[in-house]
Amino acid sequence: MTRPLLIENARIVDPASGTDQRGAVLIENGRITDLALDGPVGVPDDAEVINANGLVLAPGLIDMRVFTGEPGWEYRETLASAGEAAAAGGVTSFVMMPDTMPAVDDGAVVDFLVRRAKATSKVNILPAAGITKGLAGKDLTEFGLMREAGAVCLSDGRNSVQSTALLRTAMSYAANFDMTIVHHTVDLSLAGEGVMNDGLFATVLGLKGIAREAETIPLSRDLQLAALTGVRYHAAQISTEGSVEIVKAAKSRNPRITAGISINNLCLNENDIGRYRTYFKLGTPLRSEDDRRAVIEGLRSGVIDTIHSDHDPQDSEVKRQPFAEASTGAIGLETLLAAALRLVHSDDVPLLTVLKAMTSRPAEILGLEAGRIAKGAPADLILVDLDYPWQVNENELRSRSRNTSFENARLAGKVMRTIVAGETVFLHKD
Amino acid sequence: MADTPASTSGDFPPFRQRHLISIADLKQHEIIDLLDRAERMVPVSRQERKSLPTLSGKTQINLFFEPSTRTQSSFEIAGKRLGALVVNMSVKTSSVSKGETLVDTAATLNAMRPDVLVVRHGAAGAVELLSQKVGCSVINAGDGAHEHPTQALLDALTIRRHKGRISGLTVAICGDIANSRVARSNLLLLGALHVRTRVIAPRNLLPPGIEHLATEVFTDMEEGLRGVDVVMMLRLQHERASGKMIPSVREYYRFYGLDAEKLAFANPDAIVMHPGPMNRGVEIDPAIADGARSVITDQVEMGVAVRMAVLDALLSGDQA
Repeated sequence: MTRPLLIENARIVDPASGTDQRGAVLIENGRITDLALDGPVGVPDDAEVINANGLVLAPGLIDMRVFTGEPGWEYRETLASAGEAAAAGGVTSFVMMPDTMPAVDDGAVVDFLVRRAKATSKVNILPAAGITKGLAGKDLTEFGLMREAGAVCLSDGRNSVQSTALLRTAMSYAANFDMTIVHHTVDLSLAGEGVMNDGLFATVLGLKGIAREAETIPLSRDLQLAALTGVRYHAAQISTEGSVEIVKAAKSRNPRITAGISINNLCLNENDIGRYRTYFKLGTPLRSEDDRRAVIEGLRSGVIDTIHSDHDPQDSEVKRQPFAEASTGAIGLETLLAAALRLVHSDDVPLLTVLKAMTSRPAEILGLEAGRIAKGAPADLILVDLDYPWQVNENELRSRSRNTSFENARLAGKVMRTIVAGETVFLHKD
Repeated sequence: MADTPASTSGDFPPFRQRHLISIADLKQHEIIDLLDRAERMVPVSRQERKSLPTLSGKTQINLFFEPSTRTQSSFEIAGKRLGALVVNMSVKTSSVSKGETLVDTAATLNAMRPDVLVVRHGAAGAVELLSQKVGCSVINAGDGAHEHPTQALLDALTIRRHKGRISGLTVAICGDIANSRVARSNLLLLGALHVRTRVIAPRNLLPPGIEHLATEVFTDMEEGLRGVDVVMMLRLQHERASGKMIPSVREYYRFYGLDAEKLAFANPDAIVMHPGPMNRGVEIDPAIADGARSVITDQVEMGVAVRMAVLDALLSGDQA
């Protein structure tokens, strides 16, 4: 039994309740047992006391889209190294995408991951289970058995189910188990050999473009199927102005629809590719500045529910290639919060809205107890200096891979302490 | 022989670029400088002893990931006429599928200490990537649908020799613009020299944003060719395109193939160009290709002169 922990003199920011004020939090046995806003808190004699000195105390972040390399590509990332990166980034829980070797498409693999994560990772790892076997878009997996083993949602990860009929069946069956379908929408035939956003910039680089419609057409289809089947549906990551409009319209009719966005699409645009910089070749392509402004507005207005890192470790062998031949993806667990705070510092989106998209909204979508500061909630918390200046150095990141889309970026805001179930798993050292 | 300078580079200020990857990297004066240098190389290839040993002792490696007979031999002849040791390495398959990455290949070749690598690769940006990993000059001999800078330079030299000038002319580039590195390099180069550029193609062969790269965009050959000074035809990859990008060769030729009827809309003294290899009867009528207004074989000759000039400029600049 560990000692009770009191965090006092903190600026408590809890998006679930809309709280943003000074206070203290008492943690016992891994949970929040008392919360004092203004008033005093009953402190046991043996409590350890942390003076937050006015730093922000927020719920630990819940990242809805993280790829690891374990099992199968441990040299890119293990659950342990992803856990280190997450802890340093203030991410106390993340949904792990099923794109591993073997793929997470079976209850036994889910069970392995749950056990392995508990044994090796500092943070909570929540497996997403494949919608189809081998994520190949052909045959359904065993949704019920995988849920029993600990899967928190269903997703084919990087892959997108092309068959409308199969997707309809999957959604009906998922609704049967009340599981959320998290789907990355890409029309593969339309995307073709495209490797970046379609437009002048792709033309200048001589690269094939991916039309925005390759995202919006299957998104429209999915939202119609979601209404038809009654499933809880989360659009994994949207990137275009058109997608924001489509989701907004569908949400007005169907409350079971939510949408996520990668931090990359909020902070970067196609011009960041510069001269073939492959760290900016991403699963959801970076779009135009107009699209970026539209998704920021989508986040601000609540059309977009969640922000995730899309953490996707890739080694230099597959990244140091000509752009069209390089693999997609960038790491992002450690930079997620600081990058998201750019939107706050630029006065584009309020702090509570940004944090909500990484705490209480993902928790609600996934049905988790975490993601809020309230009596009885898990003590997954972060202390944040909102203005701490730092520069990203790829060699100092904790991930086993170096493919950061924020290399050398100057950021403001850093996690000073990360607490998972009452235990400090990361402490910032100057 | 007597009127040929011993070294052409000596008369020019040092060329400030280490590589030639993209026309976009060149300033207007550098383009003109290269054209002037190339002009001085033309007589070298026309004399009996076609040599000017300014690159004696230098090693040039031609590294072609995509097969190309004419560009590779043009670079080879250019290097040899300047006295360089020229080695051809053709990489038949994608090195990636064989396990060696492009960066590995670059490191291996770099260890052999060449002075210049001439590289063609099927992927846009591949030559630039390679240039970052080697210690010598790199010349882009075509990277995917990105650029083919020496083609644009030889086209400009051909135009200048036939028209006496470049600025103020109107040049139409016709055909598969979307997949053409030749079109991109030419649009950049001609734009830098104040040429009115037109692209003419069916909509599905025009890449997005092309209106920002060309002065005017046309989908009709007759309209587009009206009053032009130069007609530049592009090769259609008809084996790949037929049924996918265009319905048939027959239909393409009817609407976009250059024949006498369409050429009649251009200025009476308009010249006809093609980067080769030509598909006679696909994008161009054989009678036009081999006719009086065709300067296609001149382009090939200017190709050697331009490549000599580029090799000389990059390698003599290296010493400065």
